[in-house]
Amino acid sequence: MRRCLYAALALLATLSVSPAEQAIVPPFERESWPVAPTLIDTHVLAALKARGIEPAHPCSDAVFARRVYLDVIGTLPGPAELRAFLGDARPGKRAALIDALLEREEFADYWVMKWCDLLRVKAEFPIKLWPNAAQAYHHWIRESIRLNKPYDTFVRELLTSSGSNFRVAPVNFYRAMPSRAPEGIARTVALTFMGARLEKWPADRQAEMSKFFSLVGFKATSEWKEEIVFFDVIRARTQPAATNWPATFPDGSPVKADPGRDGRQVFADWLVKADNPWFARNIVNRTWSWFLGRGIIHEPDDIRPDNPPSNPALLAYLEREFVASGYNQKHIFRLILNSRTYQLSSIPGSNAPPDAAGFAYYPRRRLDAEVLIDALCQVTGTTESYVSPIPEPFTYIPPEHRSVALPDGSITSSFLDLFGRPARDTGLESERNNSITAAQRLHLLNSGHIQYKIENGPALQSLLKARQRPADVASELYLAILSRYPTAGELKTMDAYAQSGAASGREAAVDLAWALINSDEFLYRH
Amino acid sequence: MSEQAMTKNTDLERWTARMITRRQVLKAGLFGAAGLLLCDRLLPRVLAGTANGPAVRPAKARAVIQVWLWGGPPHLDTFDPKPDAGEAYSGPFKHPIATNVDGIRICELLPLLAKQADKYSLIRSMTHGNNGHETAAYMVQTGWPSGGRVVHPTLGAVVSLFKGYDAGYKGLIPPYVVLTQPQGRFSEAGFLPSRYKPFATGGDPAARRFAVEGIVAPGISDERQKSRQALLGNLNTLRSVSNDAEAAASVKAEKEAYDLILGDAGKAFDLAQESDEVRTRYGRSTFGASCLVARRLVERGVPYITINSGGWDTHKENFQAMRRMLPQLDMGLASLLEDLSQLGLLDSTVVWCGGEFGRTPRVDVAPPWNGGRGHYGKVFSALVAGGGFKGGRVVGASDARGEEVKERPVYPCDLLASIYELLGIDPAASLSHPEGYAVPLTPSAQDGAQVGGRLTEIM
Repeated sequence: MRRCLYAALALLATLSVSPAEQAIVPPFERESWPVAPTLIDTHVLAALKARGIEPAHPCSDAVFARRVYLDVIGTLPGPAELRAFLGDARPGKRAALIDALLEREEFADYWVMKWCDLLRVKAEFPIKLWPNAAQAYHHWIRESIRLNKPYDTFVRELLTSSGSNFRVAPVNFYRAMPSRAPEGIARTVALTFMGARLEKWPADRQAEMSKFFSLVGFKATSEWKEEIVFFDVIRARTQPAATNWPATFPDGSPVKADPGRDGRQVFADWLVKADNPWFARNIVNRTWSWFLGRGIIHEPDDIRPDNPPSNPALLAYLEREFVASGYNQKHIFRLILNSRTYQLSSIPGSNAPPDAAGFAYYPRRRLDAEVLIDALCQVTGTTESYVSPIPEPFTYIPPEHRSVALPDGSITSSFLDLFGRPARDTGLESERNNSITAAQRLHLLNSGHIQYKIENGPALQSLLKARQRPADVASELYLAILSRYPTAGELKTMDAYAQSGAASGREAAVDLAWALINSDEFLYRH
Repeated sequence: MSEQAMTKNTDLERWTARMITRRQVLKAGLFGAAGLLLCDRLLPRVLAGTANGPAVRPAKARAVIQVWLWGGPPHLDTFDPKPDAGEAYSGPFKHPIATNVDGIRICELLPLLAKQADKYSLIRSMTHGNNGHETAAYMVQTGWPSGGRVVHPTLGAVVSLFKGYDAGYKGLIPPYVVLTQPQGRFSEAGFLPSRYKPFATGGDPAARRFAVEGIVAPGISDERQKSRQALLGNLNTLRSVSNDAEAAASVKAEKEAYDLILGDAGKAFDLAQESDEVRTRYGRSTFGASCLVARRLVERGVPYITINSGGWDTHKENFQAMRRMLPQLDMGLASLLEDLSQLGLLDSTVVWCGGEFGRTPRVDVAPPWNGGRGHYGKVFSALVAGGGFKGGRVVGASDARGEEVKERPVYPCDLLASIYELLGIDPAASLSHPEGYAVPLTPSAQDGAQVGGRLTEIM
């Protein structure tokens, strides 16, 4: 009863506010679209129309630049790059920027971090890959992403590799699992590559899927912490029952494989087929959620029949494109990033809640912990130091190394922990927590750590020293911190602050930098 | 969480969902909303005690002060002196002193603690056998043997779960505070969400102004703080045009932060409010001032405070170090016990003092050690007081040279289970791992732990 009432109220709210009444907000929005609509937009708009929800306005060029830098390479645009982009009058400049960012070195750093969360890359317990194996694994994932390895090849290598954890890096996939029992392996494989929670399946289907992983062997060598992952041929020969593959795959199609073959390969052959109902769906749905804040199926790693997609046509379209492109991840990135849907303003055009809004605006999200500290370092010209004292030998990370590119999730950092870095224990998307807390605000508003960066950071210092006119200082700070020029109103506020006597000269400029760093506009992707 | 989502969940998940709703209703203070947006699978779920677990008595204690002597204090030079073992063992400290309890003697450098012995009990048979700092620190503070694939939460994180915002704690100061530096991963929350980790104050409580990280900024006056706040309000352009849930969460977090920066709660850390006499009695050292801050936090209802005191890893020149450090420990800890008792807070506050292990009873005389002591996990001491622990007792004993447990071995899980019981937390309860299975709060023999039983003789 109450639910009906809420639904009715929500509907009323969405009908009563239309963008026709809602004026554009200049620094964040623009009147007209600089890009053409795509098929993604057709699907999204059709769903919005059916629900009577108005999409937000187009985002401004400055907002687009900041957004696409943060989303694609996890890095703020530098003031020079930004000036060039904003001053560029060519109509195709947004697409050109997307293409350029997809080829940057930072692209690999940022997306490796994402994959290391999902694949649980960390040296210490409970996963215990150990530092050199974690480094090898991180390097292998980075090379795969840098070279844009086709996704089916990437997954097949993770699933079927055999050898030493130091020399054949992808075998660490099996070592970084919470459980090495066949059911445990099956659970991790289903979660990672099918976006499915095996524990929600009927028991007999769980048991069938586990059988493909019943002969994965692990053995130590005489080298410290080396471990070989292999298909246990001896057990396959001596225990023929262990290679009696189940009659059907998880989708019900029949298994036709020689007994005695490596079950991991039998499973991988089935998984990466074009018509597999989970494989492409899982990755395009996750990709969508990485850019648009929610999966078309949500949670993005909880695909099951009773959790249907909010926009089935859109999901099916992305799946077709992915398979037709030869499992090219960057193709899907390009499709999404070039759509008007992705380039909507973050100021909603209606009051519909996010789960009902159908991607009618770009969702604001607090910066990832690593991205945030890198942004603070970039703006102020400072560095962080990371050490992993356990286990020996100590790992010292060079100061210029960015936090996004840390290879090992168990490197201790109270800042990263405070801002929701995942522990990399479960591989769940929800393990990363980007909600904002009072403790985080305390740290940013008032800690010695951040205070030191703002007061003493060489990049801010030289910016303040090189310019005399307060308006010039303000413009430079806005470009560096918020990736846009200040509005006339903001310049006036700043002038008034400098005149008020609350702080003068350099102090006033420091306070301005402090305020911009503490604004929602800096702390969020928007 | 929408009602629709709830209908899909199991009973347990629904229980958690209710917990969240309740917390939202309570509008918990500082860190309470930290995990609201976490997926419900990541929330710890507290299960009922097992059928064969003992019934839990009502809580006697509502707070814990953990005085953590990181590095491993020498048991022979503190609470388990062995003058009869000869100088090769006792070193220069050959004349332990009587306390105000007949038959209990402690190191001669602890005269003030000697006058408070009726308030505390000494456990002289702590043991776990591990000589590695990190592993031993993990074992002592989680109660679990190391090496499993599950990382267990420490006592402090568990108390912050059971006595913090989820349990109705409403203070602006976080429920689990560490003075001043965190221990790193062993003060961590284990598999519990990170909001159960301690808030580390940083700074130095013995300094003229205790710069508590995030709460008291060095060099920023209250006026400049307020004008900055106003400037931020005027320049928060994106927020001024947004009115959705994310903007509301940001506004709320900022308001709570400013309540602590500008409000009265942060005054708990301001030792200028104490008289010179009191500050001198605790000692002007970082340790003494930390004890005084801990007392002030307990007075304000903070349920768990760790004083993380380093410098106890005395491989070299142990006795010089003890001459320097024991008087600080003596002044700070004795004053803390005395004040808690006078304020009527000792009955409801557990004070636990100890380190991750003891130190080798036989002195390393030769260079480069020059009278040092090594790591010793086979037997060590701990002091417990208040919150339902009786005073004036000794639990267990080491042998004549302090090398072996002679009677009543006490394992870390025994001590922790006893503290849980005093806090009204069922030691047999389970926590839910993010992957969905139940993990007992304290280990049993089946988990590979050695168990000697709770400290019923002093409870």
